[in-house]
Amino acid sequence: MSIATPNGFQLDNSGKRVVVDPITRIEGHLRIEVNVDANNVIRNAVSTGTMWRGLEVILRGRDPRDAWAFVQRICGVCTGVHALASVRAVENALKIEIPENANTIRNIMHLTLYSQDHLVHFYHLHALDWVDVVSALSADPKATSELAQSISSWPLSSPGYFRDLQNRLKKFVESGQLGPFRNGYWGHPAYKLPPEANLMAVAHYLEALDFQKEIVKIQTIFGGRNPHPNWLVGGVPSPINLNATGAVGAVNMERLNLVGSIIDRTIEFIDNVYIPDLIAIAGFYKDWAAIGGGLSSKYLMSYGDLPKSANDYSAGNLMMPRGAIVDGNLGEVQDIDLDALDQVQEFVTHSWYKYGDEQQGLHPYEGETVPNFDIGGAKGTKTRVEAFDESAKYSWVKSPRWKGHAMEVGPLARYVIGYVKGIPEFKEPTDMVLAKLGGVPVTALFSTLGRTAARGLECSWAAHKLKDEFNKLIANIKAGDTATANMDNFEPSTWAKSARGHGFVEAPRGSLCHWIDIEDKKIKNYQCVVPTTWNASPRDPAGKIGAYEAALLDTPMHDPEQPLEILRTIHSFDPCLACATHVLDMEGNEVTSVQVR
Amino acid sequence: MTDVSAAPERRIVVLGVGNLLWADEGFGVRCVEALGEGWDLPPDVGLMDGGTLGLALVPLLLDTTHVLLFDAVAHRGEPGTLIVARDDEIPALMGGNKMSLHQVGMNDILASLELLNHKPAHFTVVGVKPVELADYGGSLTAKVQSQIPGALQLGIDELRRWGVEVGERAGRPERDVVISALRQGRYESGRPAPDVACRLGDERFLAIRAAAQDRGDEETGGPGA
Repeated sequence: MSIATPNGFQLDNSGKRVVVDPITRIEGHLRIEVNVDANNVIRNAVSTGTMWRGLEVILRGRDPRDAWAFVQRICGVCTGVHALASVRAVENALKIEIPENANTIRNIMHLTLYSQDHLVHFYHLHALDWVDVVSALSADPKATSELAQSISSWPLSSPGYFRDLQNRLKKFVESGQLGPFRNGYWGHPAYKLPPEANLMAVAHYLEALDFQKEIVKIQTIFGGRNPHPNWLVGGVPSPINLNATGAVGAVNMERLNLVGSIIDRTIEFIDNVYIPDLIAIAGFYKDWAAIGGGLSSKYLMSYGDLPKSANDYSAGNLMMPRGAIVDGNLGEVQDIDLDALDQVQEFVTHSWYKYGDEQQGLHPYEGETVPNFDIGGAKGTKTRVEAFDESAKYSWVKSPRWKGHAMEVGPLARYVIGYVKGIPEFKEPTDMVLAKLGGVPVTALFSTLGRTAARGLECSWAAHKLKDEFNKLIANIKAGDTATANMDNFEPSTWAKSARGHGFVEAPRGSLCHWIDIEDKKIKNYQCVVPTTWNASPRDPAGKIGAYEAALLDTPMHDPEQPLEILRTIHSFDPCLACATHVLDMEGNEVTSVQVR
Repeated sequence: MTDVSAAPERRIVVLGVGNLLWADEGFGVRCVEALGEGWDLPPDVGLMDGGTLGLALVPLLLDTTHVLLFDAVAHRGEPGTLIVARDDEIPALMGGNKMSLHQVGMNDILASLELLNHKPAHFTVVGVKPVELADYGGSLTAKVQSQIPGALQLGIDELRRWGVEVGERAGRPERDVVISALRQGRYESGRPAPDVACRLGDERFLAIRAAAQDRGDEETGGPGA
C-alpha cells in the first residue's frame, strides 16, 4: 500500500524487505532497511542509527572552557569541527571576541581539514563503490599509463609504476588478505570502469593515503599536537614569533614556510589527481545523475562558515555560503537564525528518546536527551531485530527539522546555495564539470553523482582558499600584528551568572551546531546537532522522511542480496555516525549481513 | 618486503587507541598517558593518543620502524586480563569476517601500511580484555585499572628489547600525551553522577559484543600473555 509523505514522496512497504546492517566504510553504526517492488526498485527506506551517543549528558557540570576537548571525542575522525563549534559556542555565550590572526588560523585549520577529509572520503570511503579492485588486477599497465597521461599531467604515471603497483596488489590479494578492500561486491555488474581505470584509481587510493602525512603537519604546527590538536576559547593556542628558532610551540618563519609548501602540494594533488579521477569516473556513471536525489532538489541548508574577518558570523561575511532552500524554490535563499526557538527543532517521535510531548519539537536550548529504547512492533526481539517498525521508534538519531522541514546538508547543499546565489567561485566550476560530462543539465546535480561531484569541487575550492588565507595570515603578521588570543574574559570571575550561546560550523559532511547553557560557571546543558543527524534522521511526527530515506527511493537494484546501489547513495552523503568505540578484534566475529525477507 | 630495512634510522611510536569516554575503551590511551607521566623515554620515541581515528592513523604511522600499541582487545582470556601479540600474531586479517567495533580498525590500518610498503618491521600490541564497555562517560573499571602497571611493564620490556633506554622519570619534564582536561585525574573528578549521566549501551549492540566474546571464550590457544 502506497502512502504519500508531506514532503512529496511515495512510500510502499509491501514488497520484499532488505536489511543491510551495518553499512560499511563509514564511521559509526548505521543500518538501512528498504522494501523493493517486484522489479527490485526501492519503494520504502528506513534509516537507523544503531548506537547511543550521550555526550551531551556527560558534559553537565564541566568547565565550559574544557568542552572542546570532550567533544573532540564525539567522533573518531572529525575531531577539529567539534572543537571549533565548541569554542565558538562558548565565545558566543560569553561575548568573547577573538583576534584576526586567530580567525585566520582557525580558517586555515578548517580548510586543511576540508582538503584532507574530502580526499579521504572520495578515495577511501566512496571510490570502492565505483572502482572494482579485483578488476584492476587484469589491467594492462601500459594502457593504464596512457589513460592516466591522457587525463592529467601528474608524474606518477609510467607503465612501470602501474606494473609494480599491480604486482603488489596481486601479492596482497593472493596472500588471502583483502584488508580495507574486504566487504566489496567485486565483480558486481554495476561496476562499469574498464580494468585500466580501476587500476589507476587504486594507485591513487594509495597515493592519497600516503599524501595525508603531509597535510596533517599543518594541524600539528598550528594545533601544537596531532592527532588531537589544542584549541582555546578566545583564540588559538599557538603564539607567533617569527624570529624564534627551533622554539618549542611558537609558530616561526621556518614553520610557516613549511605550511606554505604543503599547501602548494595539496592544491597540486587535488587538481591533478582527485579532480581528473572524479571526472573520468563520473563519465562512466552518468546514469547516477538521475538517481539518489532525495531532498536535494527541494530542501537544502548550509549554516555557512569561514568568516572573512573575525567575530562577524553574518551571511555577508562568510566565504562559505549560508542559507536554506525550501519547497524547491531555488529563487529564494532564506536566512537562518540558530537562536530562534521555532527554527531548528529536534523531534523524537521515531527516535529512542523520551519527551513530555512527543508530537512537539524542542530547540536545542531546551533539548533533552533521555533514552527510551522501545521498538514498537518490530519483528524479532530487542537484542535481535529482524525488521524495524518504522511506524514506531526506530533510531538513536533524533529528527532535526528547520521550520518543520527535513533538510539535506553537506557539499551539495553548499554548492547549490552558492550556485543559485550566483557566486562565481561556486557557479563557474559547477558549469565546467557539467560541460565536461557532455552538457548534462544543472538538475543533474540533484543526484548521488551530483553529491559526489560537489564534494570534489569543494575540495579544490578549499585548497585554493587555504592558500588565500595563508597569504592573509603572513601579510597580517608582517604588518606587525602577532596577537593570537584574547584572554580578557577567560577568567570565570568575569562571566555573567547565566549565559547561553551557539557555535556553528560547516563541517565537511554538513551543518554542525553546538548550543551551550552556562550557569554558575559550569555547563548546565549542552546539545549538538551534527550533520549526519540531519541527513540520517528518521521520520518526524508529520511523517516527513529524512535525506537518506528520500535519496534511496526509486533506486533500481540489480540484486537485493548485493546492495551496492544502497552503498553508493548512502556513501555519497559521507555518513559519520558519532563513532564511539573501538576494539581490536582477535576473533573475527562476522557482523556485517544482508538479509532479504 | 618493507622499506624499513633501507631506512638507517629507527622511528618508534608508542600509540594508545580507544575512546576515553567509554569505560575500559580508554585503556590504551591511559597506558600511554601513564607511561609519559612516570617514565623517561628518549625524545625521539613518540608517545601518541590515537583516540579512535581509524584510517586517519595511517599517515601518522608511515615511516615508523617500531610500533608499540596499547589497546582494548577482545581476546580469548578472562575480562581484565592482558595479552601481548607481535607482528604475525596480530591477525594479518580478515578474509571478509574480521571487524572491530569500528569499521576501520587496527587490522585495516596494518593492511594499509603493508599495501603502502610501509609496514613497520616491529609491531607489538599490549592489550587488555575489557570488563565494561557500556558505561558512556565512565572511566576504567577497577580490574582494568589495576592492570596498567603490568601492561606498562610489558611495554617497557618490549621497548628495551628494541634497544630503547627506559628509566623512571627523573629530571626531564613529563611527556604531554593527553589534553589536560581529559587526563585521568581531572576527567574522573569532573564526572557527573551516574544518575545524571545516562550510562547505557544499546542493548542490541551489546548483545552482538557479548555473543562474540562468548564465542571467543569457548576457544582455546592463540597468542597469550
